[in-house]
This record gives sequence, structure tokens and C-alpha cells, in this order.
Amino acid sequence: MYKIQKADLPKLYASIAAESDLFLPVKVADQTNFGLYTETADVDIDTLKTVKSAKDIFFPQSETLYKVRRENDNFSIDVEQHRTSPFVVFGIRGCDVRAMTVLDKVFLSEPIDSYYAARRQMGTIVSLACGRPDTSCFCKVFGIDCAEPEGDVVTWLVGKVLYWQPKTKKGEALTEKVASLLEKADEAMVESAKNAIRAIVKKLPYANLSLEKWGAAAADANFDSKLWEEMYKPCLACGTCTFVCPTCQCYDIKDYDTGSSVQRYRCWDSCMYSDFTMMAHGNNRTSQMQRFRQRFMHKLAYFPANNQGMFSCVGCGRCVDKCPSHLNIVKVIKAFEKEGV
Amino acid sequence: MPVTENWKPTIVAFCCNWCSYAGADLAGSSRLAYPADVKIIKVPCSCRVNPMFILRAFEKGADGVILCGCHPGDCHYSTGNYYARRRMTLLFSMLDYLGVEDGRTRVEWVSAAEGVKFSETMNSFVEKVRALGPNVRLGDLRCKN
Amino acid sequence: MQELIVRAKELLASGQVARVLGWKKGEHSYDPEVAFFNDAESLQDFVYDGFCGANLSKYMIEASKLEGKTLVFLKPCDSYSFVQLMKEHRVDREKAYIIGVGCWGKLDVRKLGAEGILDVEIAGDVLKVSSLYGDSEVAYKDAMLERCHVCKGKEHKVFDETLLESADTVDLDRFAEVERIEAMSPEEKFAYFQSELSKCIRCNACRNVCPACSCRKCVFDSTAFNSEQKANTTSFEEKMFHIIRAFHVAGRCTDCGECSRVCPQGIPLHLFNRKFIKDINRLYGEYQAGADLEEKAPLTSFQTDDAEPGADRR
Repeated sequence: MYKIQKADLPKLYASIAAESDLFLPVKVADQTNFGLYTETADVDIDTLKTVKSAKDIFFPQSETLYKVRRENDNFSIDVEQHRTSPFVVFGIRGCDVRAMTVLDKVFLSEPIDSYYAARRQMGTIVSLACGRPDTSCFCKVFGIDCAEPEGDVVTWLVGKVLYWQPKTKKGEALTEKVASLLEKADEAMVESAKNAIRAIVKKLPYANLSLEKWGAAAADANFDSKLWEEMYKPCLACGTCTFVCPTCQCYDIKDYDTGSSVQRYRCWDSCMYSDFTMMAHGNNRTSQMQRFRQRFMHKLAYFPANNQGMFSCVGCGRCVDKCPSHLNIVKVIKAFEKEGV
Repeated sequence: MPVTENWKPTIVAFCCNWCSYAGADLAGSSRLAYPADVKIIKVPCSCRVNPMFILRAFEKGADGVILCGCHPGDCHYSTGNYYARRRMTLLFSMLDYLGVEDGRTRVEWVSAAEGVKFSETMNSFVEKVRALGPNVRLGDLRCKN
Repeated sequence: MQELIVRAKELLASGQVARVLGWKKGEHSYDPEVAFFNDAESLQDFVYDGFCGANLSKYMIEASKLEGKTLVFLKPCDSYSFVQLMKEHRVDREKAYIIGVGCWGKLDVRKLGAEGILDVEIAGDVLKVSSLYGDSEVAYKDAMLERCHVCKGKEHKVFDETLLESADTVDLDRFAEVERIEAMSPEEKFAYFQSELSKCIRCNACRNVCPACSCRKCVFDSTAFNSEQKANTTSFEEKMFHIIRAFHVAGRCTDCGECSRVCPQGIPLHLFNRKFIKDINRLYGEYQAGADLEEKAPLTSFQTDDAEPGADRR
């Protein structure tokens, strides 16, 4: 266990950024999102939840795959290269780190998504324990301990000191690079901080949500429930929930015509949108009710059915906070718990 | 923005079929000079120009966009240019509000008889945009390759 | 609030309306959701308080297609949206039974300035916030949505009956913020909007909540249009989307402020719409969308002596 004064963190950032890209929570126009560290960046590690999750760093909202350019009678194809330079992500919370495991299931299974795999390989994750969990948090339900997140390095902000614990080889390598800024520390402070966090988590209103009605078996059991018909109605069909979600992994591939070339890129898609999975014959989900159902069934039934029971929700609560209509996965879970199917 | 001596701006000119395009024709047949970097797009009426056309032109690499139509009162369709006038007034005001340099957009009424005005308008507009340099604020990086 | 429930039950019982469109109690006191109530029993979850900011007019587009009348509760500012939708033939007045409800300003939970909020008690002018990390009090006025500080007025523009009294909430100038930006240099303006719009995640919440955005298929959803629609690919796209969206609702936007209320990134989107409103007022005469069913809209009419584009540039 090591430590560094919070006041000295800018030195730590600068030191990491001198060797590799550093992504961390940055405040722009009053909102905090993960961004690239620069000397002038307004770093904000006190905000509990970035609006968008850290997913963006490994699976960007939009990324070019290749460019096709016409040159006289020939075409030249310029394929986007894989990431080959290492980078560090600092300040990811426990839920977002677990979300990477969910994404791994999708992108690192055959056929492997090589762009994602390269970023995963190059990235070192420095996670940060949650000092003040929010009302909308329910990571505990999915077995996540926000007092002791996963990651290559785990850190705790206790008062004016940041405690630093490498957990993996990558983490140790990073620790070595910044060793001159760290000093040895005693674990007692961190232990009491962990206990304090866990005590708060116990009091969270959603901490004891029951997932009994969910899992692989729910795929059949809940599909035809009458509850969907009632619950979807306030849904505006915007993509806020999916775009702030750390585990939503659906994407679309599109072409952009620049006038002199075509760029093929992929971008996040949202099951809330009317053109989601649109094919030549049309769309296989024709109503908003079906699209709404898809989102929750995917997270709570289809995903576990295909991944040994693992849910593709990590309880970060972003959709709970951000839904314009105050609809969310918690309300869905509770409705099924209360009314059965 | 450093501009090299021989940098030439790309200008898109939307010209209505009935007056301004004919005005451009007259400028040509009268051997009046205006820069070849002005790309004319013929539209049936100035009113056909959707604000999105203007933005698209900037996106695809225009450094300045000008809309030319019949003089108010002379529209081939009686009133089309009056609607266009309101739309462009609001759009230009919005672009100013967003901090896009105000010399990059213009509306000019050019009749079929005004070959001289057409050429002068284009010359002065190109000069103005040249002074502003390349369009950065409303451009799309992907189109600049 | 009880009188609303009583009246809704009466109208349901008499068969005058087939359903009720209102707000339903959420998980907490501060997150009510929009809901349809089909029977008297379900109305026990009905709420109407400071957190019921959602504008129900837009939901009436769908409700107009349903069998029978829908009882809808409209706040004064929602009624402007409803009139505008009537003007555009997007809602059916005959399918709506409108109860105009009073409004005394709606709240923005983000302005409570507390983390881990468990409950908010509205006690007159004061909000008593209890959270995981202690209790606090906030003045009602300080937690109001921006739009309520510049309210258009508490008069319902369309209704069958009204219930509850409104209270005046105006204490700011509607165009002050627009003027502040107008006074900036082009470089400052550009930097300001660039920084705000760089946050846009293209979730389309602003569009989907907007009562003026009632197109069956949005131009940005067209596959033939080479638009990113849901990807924040370059800074141009965000500008394009927000300029064009504001333009498409110019002269139709009632300034209901829903776009700014729902933006997950807190972008002050109303500043786009309000700029158009300000320009329209200045150039073509005072105009309030949704105030009058018959009045001609500014972008579908003209004067022969209208200002020339760019006439007021320096």
C-alpha cells in the first residue's frame, strides 16, 4: 500500500501523462466526463459519476474503421490501425470496472473485436473507491463492492490522501514508474474507510433489490408479461439510458461520404431507436413497447442466459438519474418483483 | 489562421433559376470576370434553399456561401424570395450567435439583367472570404483530407 | 392534489373520459413519471407537485389516436404547446378533456445541491432535503427550473376547466442570457458554444421530449441524408443538429424548456430557441407560439419590407 497527498495529484497526473495517454474525469462546461489529461484540464475526481461511463475509452461512441479513397481508376483502402501505445485510465469506479468484464464477454469472445482487444491490452485501469455512494447506486445487487473495486491499481481517497494499491502486473509496472511520487502507507486508514463505505451502501434504498425474477429463465417467463405494455408508455424513445450505460454494447456501422472518400465508422446504437436492427426487409421490432422490453430483457435475461448467469447491468444508476421520464431498470425490477409476471 | 499568398477560398453560390442564374449567364456572355472558385448550384427558387444546404456546403469544404435570388417583388413564383429572406435572416443571425465569422454568408438579389452586379458581388464576396481565411468553425474534419 | 384525483375519478366514472394522463408517484418524492391511468384504483398513485415538470402535451399526439377521450392535466405553459399542436393538426381537440392545473414553478432536482437525496419535502417556500449525508433546506425559488424564472404567464391557453391556483414565479429577464452571449466577441461565442456542444452525446432526448418536434420521421433519422443521427462524430455534427433542430422549431417553439430540462449533459439548449424567438420578436413583431390558434406564424408569412439578411451586422 502506498499513498500520495491529494494536493500532489497533479504531479502524479503529469508524470503518468509524460509517458502515455492518461484518461481521467475532466469537467467541461460544468459536467464531468472522462477525457484526455492536459495541463489545463479541469480534473474532477470528486464527482461520483461521470455522465458517460469510461466505456467510451475502450469502445468509443464513434470510431472510424477504414477509409476508401478513389484515385483515378483505383481505390485505395486505408484501414484504421489498432492501438499500440499504452494508456492509463484513472478514477474509474467499481461499477464501471465491472462493466468492462461485461464488455469483455461480448468483444473478446470469438470472433474477437480486435480494436477493442488492442485497447484492453494497452490500457491500465486505476480504479477509485466510492467515498459517497448515491441514492441511485445499486452495484451491491450485482455483487460489486464499491469500497474495494477491481482494477490494475485500486485507489481510495480518504480525506486529503489518496491510497494506492497495485493489484496486477500492469498495476505494479505503473506503480514502479511513479514510485518517486508515492510513499509507503499503512492499511489501517483504508480499512476504516472501506467499512464506512460499506455501512453507507447498506443504507442505500436500492441495495437489496431482488433479482429472483430474473436470469436466464426470465427470457421465456417475462417476455409476454402484461407489465411491459403498462411500463413503456412514458418512454420517449430517446437514447439517454443506453448512451450513459457502461455496459450497453450495441453498435451500428455506417458510411460517411466526405465528397472525396468514404469513411466507414461504427457508432453506438440504441435499442430505443426506431431504426435499431433495421434490415432490408424492415425492422423486427415494430413498436416502442418491444424496443423498451428488449433493453431490459437483454440486460436481465438474455445476457445471463448466454453468459453463465452474469447480468449485463452493474447498478451504476446512471439511467436512473438521467431518464427524462424517470423510467429505469429499478422500476422494472421492482414491478416484476411486486406483480409477478 | 495563416493564409498563404495564393490560397483561394471555395465559394458556393446558390442561384435561383429565373434571375440570378441568368445573371451569371449574362456575366459570362458579357465576358465579365469573377473567380473560378465560385461553384454555382442552380435552385428553382431562392426559397428552395433549406438552411441545411448552407450548413452542408460548409461541412463539405466551402469557405463562404452566398444565396442569390430575384429581387424582392420580382420572384418568378411571386413570393418565394420573401420567405427565403426571413429564413436566411434568422439563420445568419444564428450563425453570428454561434461565433461563425459573419463575412462567410451573404444574400444578394441579382436580376437576369444584372450581369455586372453578379460579377461584382462575387468578386467582393470572394475577397471578403479570402481575408477571413479557411473556414474552420463550421467545417467537418473528415472532409479535409 | 386531492381535488385533481376526485375530479379525474368523476370523469372516469361518468364515462366522459376513457383514461387519464397525468403523473405517477415515483420511487422517491422527486421522480414522478408520466403515466396513463385507466381506472379509479390506479389513480391512488397520481401525484401533482413541484416535481411534475414533464409537459404532457406531446403524449397527446399518441393519445389522440386512442379510442375515446383522454383527460389530460396541462400546466399553463403546457397549454401553449397543446395549442401549437392543434394548429399543426397533430392533436385532436375532440379527443382531449383538458383540465388546466395551476403552477407555482417546477423544480430541478439537480439544483438541490445535495448528494444521495432520499427524500424532499415541499413545505411551502422551503424544500426540506434529507439525504444519506445529512439534511438541508433549500428555498423553493432557488431550486426552480430555469424556465420558471422566465415564465410566459400563468394563463391557460386551452382548457375545459381549471383547478388549483397558480403563483407568479418570474424574477429574471427571459432574454438576458441571450443578450449576454450576443455581446461576446465571435471568438468568445464560438468558444462558449463549442464547449457546451462538445458534451452532446446525440441521445436525442431534447428532440424526443420536444412537443414541437412532432414529425413522424425526423430528418435526422433519414437514412438517405448522410446524417450521423446518433453518433457524436465531429464537432460539426453537433452544431448541425442543434442549429437545424432549433431552426425547424423556430416560430413554433413555445419556449417550454423541456429540452434543457432533460439534457443529460446539462446543455442550455433553450438558448438556441430563445435566440430565434428574440430575433423574431425584434424583426417581425412580438410573437408567442401557441398563444393563439389563428395567428400566422412568422416563418410562413412575410412583409414586403422585411429586414435583409445580415442587415444588422457590424
